[in-house]
Amino acid sequence: MANSWRRERWDSLRLLTPNWQSRLPGQDYTGPDPDGYMTMGEVVEFIERFALATRAPVRTRTTVTSVRPDGDGYHVSTDQGELRCRSVVLASGACNLATVPDLSAGVPSAVTQVTPLDYRGPDGLPDGGVLVVGASATGVQLAAELQRSGRAVTLAVGEHVRLPRLYRKRDVLWWMDASGVWDQRYDEVDDLSRARKLPSPQLVGTPERSTLDLNALTGLGVELVGRFAMVRDGVALFSGGLRNVCSLADLKMKRLLATFDEWARTSGREAEVGPPEEFPPTDVPASSRLKLDLRTGEIGSIVWATGYRPDYSWLDVPVLDGKGRLRHEGGVVDAPGLFALGLPMLRRRRSTFINGIEDDARDVIGRLVS
Amino acid sequence: MTTVDNGVNVQALLDAREVLRGAPEAAQFTWKASAKWENGVHSTATIKNFFGLGAEQSHKSETTFTADHPEVFAAEDHGITPIEYLLVGLASCLTAGVASVAQNRGIQLRSVESTVEGNHDIRGILGVDSDVRNGFNDVKVTFNIDADASKEEIEALVAQSQKRSAVYDALTNPTSVTVEVA
Ligand SMILES: Cc1cc2nc3c(=O)[nH]c(=O)nc-3n(C[C@H](O)[C@H](O)[C@H](O)COP(=O)(O)OP(=O)(O)OC[C@H]3O[C@@H](n4cnc5c(N)ncnc54)[C@H](O)[C@@H]3O)c2cc1C
Repeated sequence: MANSWRRERWDSLRLLTPNWQSRLPGQDYTGPDPDGYMTMGEVVEFIERFALATRAPVRTRTTVTSVRPDGDGYHVSTDQGELRCRSVVLASGACNLATVPDLSAGVPSAVTQVTPLDYRGPDGLPDGGVLVVGASATGVQLAAELQRSGRAVTLAVGEHVRLPRLYRKRDVLWWMDASGVWDQRYDEVDDLSRARKLPSPQLVGTPERSTLDLNALTGLGVELVGRFAMVRDGVALFSGGLRNVCSLADLKMKRLLATFDEWARTSGREAEVGPPEEFPPTDVPASSRLKLDLRTGEIGSIVWATGYRPDYSWLDVPVLDGKGRLRHEGGVVDAPGLFALGLPMLRRRRSTFINGIEDDARDVIGRLVS
Repeated sequence: MTTVDNGVNVQALLDAREVLRGAPEAAQFTWKASAKWENGVHSTATIKNFFGLGAEQSHKSETTFTADHPEVFAAEDHGITPIEYLLVGLASCLTAGVASVAQNRGIQLRSVESTVEGNHDIRGILGVDSDVRNGFNDVKVTFNIDADASKEEIEALVAQSQKRSAVYDALTNPTSVTVEVA
């Protein structure tokens, strides 16, 4: 129960969605701090409470080893025995595996490589500087934590989504929710495969509700470099395009915040929020490092914060596309009686988050009973 | 309603994108140039044919490029230096990108001008100091764009054109290069 939050997250992690938003069907946050962010222990407790209340017949400690078509249903093999069923809902998560780029093969063996699924805290890494690859939610959070622990952190930055934690005195995710961004449907967006691949925003949940964009990281002393492009003879080579990925993120953030302003004006919500705010552009170093020698000991470890992907190695149904992604239309998988939940932008933008499950599950259940 | 016309056939490009999504083999292009030494540091390169869409293709006509070095390099200056060709490539690629993105976004352009500056410490190629690299230290492109669009929309055009530029990518990211003697 709550396995991913118990075993696959680092110690200091808190949700980046505020408490009032991290709700499950029929279970709202009722504690004293609706604008705060749950620790992992609190998330586990929250899910355990839900399990107790719903009394769903969960078979814990049971690993599904295969799902395959069988007559007009499916045959499910588990390490605790066999099952037959008419329908299967794949709710196995979107983040079972860490995505690590192939170029990692060229990293000298003296450098320790970890993924966020193995990382627990700064003490688990060997001495020396740390190269964090990826500047989405995971990468910026780990870069900040490692730099604060006294290590020299270099952060390789590709395309990213910049957001302030608070905008006009409200949580930026409140704006997403209230203004309808999170309600955008999968069949309404211009480029669905891009929307599903969108990196997580540079957000962190802290009691101070502080922003963790690249400017904040630079302020902590983190060195920014471009996208990690290649290892040549033990030397890491970074893209010279850092300035452009930062401009793209600045421009996108500005456009998004302008749509919030527009929404506040037209929906008569101005009184609920603070005055409009502007944020300085990302302060990109005049010349970012293009090379980093990985053989000198300067870098003791690399943290690959380069995304997650689902593991479907046990799914013996031909429903994956050429890139290993599940073929589905808003959760209805391309095979009879097969459904999916809990994937990025499955049906709406909010599907990516805990908050999205209520509506998505209701939809799938509607199809199951019809 | 006014129709935007920057002379870019965006529909053809969008159609090609759809077709190539299902046919990655056809998307494999090979661009080719042949060069010939003339004398001193003067050479000429010609370009006519390339490979793409699964077949040999050719430009309407052959183009010849002359490369040399200026007199301050004690050369005869029959043409621009090779590294200046990189600036030509970058400027024309980003400019084409601006026009295409503008067309796709319904923005009418009136003029697009740019200057490209590549800062180069020639101590590298002369072998004065092995810590100085041979190539550009940095490259700066400055666009002057007159269009029916806000400053921010124009900034977004320029940012997007970098994101989709072949030459920008080739200059900013390492590329494996093999040089052989036949
Ligand atoms: C680092 C990180 C931070 C996140 N922060 C937030 C946040 O702040 N707010 C938010 O709303 N969302 C956040 N998310 C997204 C969050 O994971 C989802 O919103 C939510 O957890 C999805 O729940 P789930 O049950 O669908 O998937 P999961 O929590 O991944 O659960 C899937 C379960 O299925 C199990 N499973 C997989 N395969 C098998 C098998 N073959 N047999 C048996 N069991 C199997 C897994 O072990 C796992 O226990 C975060 C994700 C990550 C990775």
